[in-house]
Amino acid sequence: MSLDVAALRAQFPILSKTVDGKPLVYLDNAATTQKPQAVIDAIVDFYTGTNANVHRGAHHLSDEATRRYENARASVASFINANAREEVIWTAGTTEAINIVANGLAQLLAEGDEVMVTELEHHANLVTWQQACRKAGATLNIAPIFDNGELDVDAFEKLLSSKTKLVAFPHVSNALGTVNPIKTLTEKAKQFGAWVLVDGAQGIAHGGVDVQDIGCDFYVFSGHKLFGPTGIGCLWGKKEMLESWPVWQVGGEMIKDVTYQEATWGALPNRLEAGTPNIAGAIGMGAAVDWFKQLDIAALHEHEHALLSYATEQAEALDGMKIVGTAPNKIGVLSFLLDGAHPADIGFILDRQGVAIRTGDNCAQPLMKRFGIPGTARASFSIYNTLEEVDSLFAALKKAKMMLA
Amino acid sequence: MKLPSSEEIIDDLAFFDDWEQRYQYIIDLGKSIPGLPESEKTPEHLVKGCQSSVWLVESFDNGKITFDVDSDAVIVQGLLALVLAAYNNKSPKDITQFDVDGYFEALDLERHITPTRGNGLRAIVGKIQDLARANV
Repeated sequence: MSLDVAALRAQFPILSKTVDGKPLVYLDNAATTQKPQAVIDAIVDFYTGTNANVHRGAHHLSDEATRRYENARASVASFINANAREEVIWTAGTTEAINIVANGLAQLLAEGDEVMVTELEHHANLVTWQQACRKAGATLNIAPIFDNGELDVDAFEKLLSSKTKLVAFPHVSNALGTVNPIKTLTEKAKQFGAWVLVDGAQGIAHGGVDVQDIGCDFYVFSGHKLFGPTGIGCLWGKKEMLESWPVWQVGGEMIKDVTYQEATWGALPNRLEAGTPNIAGAIGMGAAVDWFKQLDIAALHEHEHALLSYATEQAEALDGMKIVGTAPNKIGVLSFLLDGAHPADIGFILDRQGVAIRTGDNCAQPLMKRFGIPGTARASFSIYNTLEEVDSLFAALKKAKMMLA
Repeated sequence: MKLPSSEEIIDDLAFFDDWEQRYQYIIDLGKSIPGLPESEKTPEHLVKGCQSSVWLVESFDNGKITFDVDSDAVIVQGLLALVLAAYNNKSPKDITQFDVDGYFEALDLERHITPTRGNGLRAIVGKIQDLARANV
């Protein structure tokens, strides 16, 4: 079954916008995805008819708000096949979710312990562990990649030992689009008893995530890269991990009993969710997941691969264009350089033609340094992009090439 | 080629009716300024906050400040030339009084000077203004 992209696009009001009189060609989906009307409506409906604080009111509105808020949690839990609803902790996004785990880890690490990440990391999945290790006197190991952007799994395995306490890696690289063999990596880390966190920021929007099947301890992602609102994300963790993980922020909602001198912590999920949560955000993220679930995942994958293959073919045919990241298993991202043209300049010229891309270090400075480049231009595709938009990208790039040469 | 004055640039850019010609003009303007020798492209001269690398070197002569700049991105270099046209060889007082936002609006390039833009033009202008303020 093939995907009806026109019908899909029609659900995203922003995609019919024009920029400087030209149709918007939105190819910055790895930064954030656009929102379908169903998500926008869910947020507006909440504020229009249901707004109240959750879990505490003795009134109808609070009950209704709590019901919607907790239903959203259940939607997210079933979307990733969590074992239980309370394994889903709401966070501000991927970054906060990693910080919760890293902050706890810093308290659990001892001197001489090791943590491992990969060369592919976004700063959010690097600086967090780097700082946790610094606090604890632990060592941060970096698993290398090959020049094509594919993780060197043998080298990854060699860096594992009984000292390895936690391993973190991206599901999909934001800068290069490399898809990591997350299940294999998890299995290898588990042989040494290490905890595993998968940074799902770029993986989640491609669907098919099953946390129980992966076997990891934590899987983290943001709502806004999954057609939901900004400011909301998910820390999924195995129940037994989250139940005993050091608490993050303390305050209201997350406690059980409080005296002036002492406090005890509440049960999951509350113990890791201090304060009034982002209720509208959670409901919006739930709506995004519900919306996404009714799509045909196999058809989406086929379409996403068609977009990337088509873009890759054109890139290979364009004189002076070099793709950064050519791993055999890639999704959604075309990072590239154009001979003699700075990525920032490419970004300007594309913007003038209505084509939105990202330029710069892609929040991965050490990775860019590893390739000996300051940054790239990055076009990133989502399910609502079309082959015609890929043509627009290359028409715009040819003009950039002409002007910047 | 002598760098035109800021007024001349406003007139020149108003003459073009499509963006390609305007950006070509900006690129050419950037190519017309001398840039910096490699020996001057040092970390101290690097301006933070730029997506492309931008170096700025100032010199004082007779109560006036002259700036030399370089960037590894050609449009940024062109935008820097626009900035130099406004600021070069002016007194610190003239620099602090110059309405740079109004200038970029008149050029119809205000999108490049908004704080949200990662190209560092705002950072460069901030650095020039700070230097001028410190020397008024």
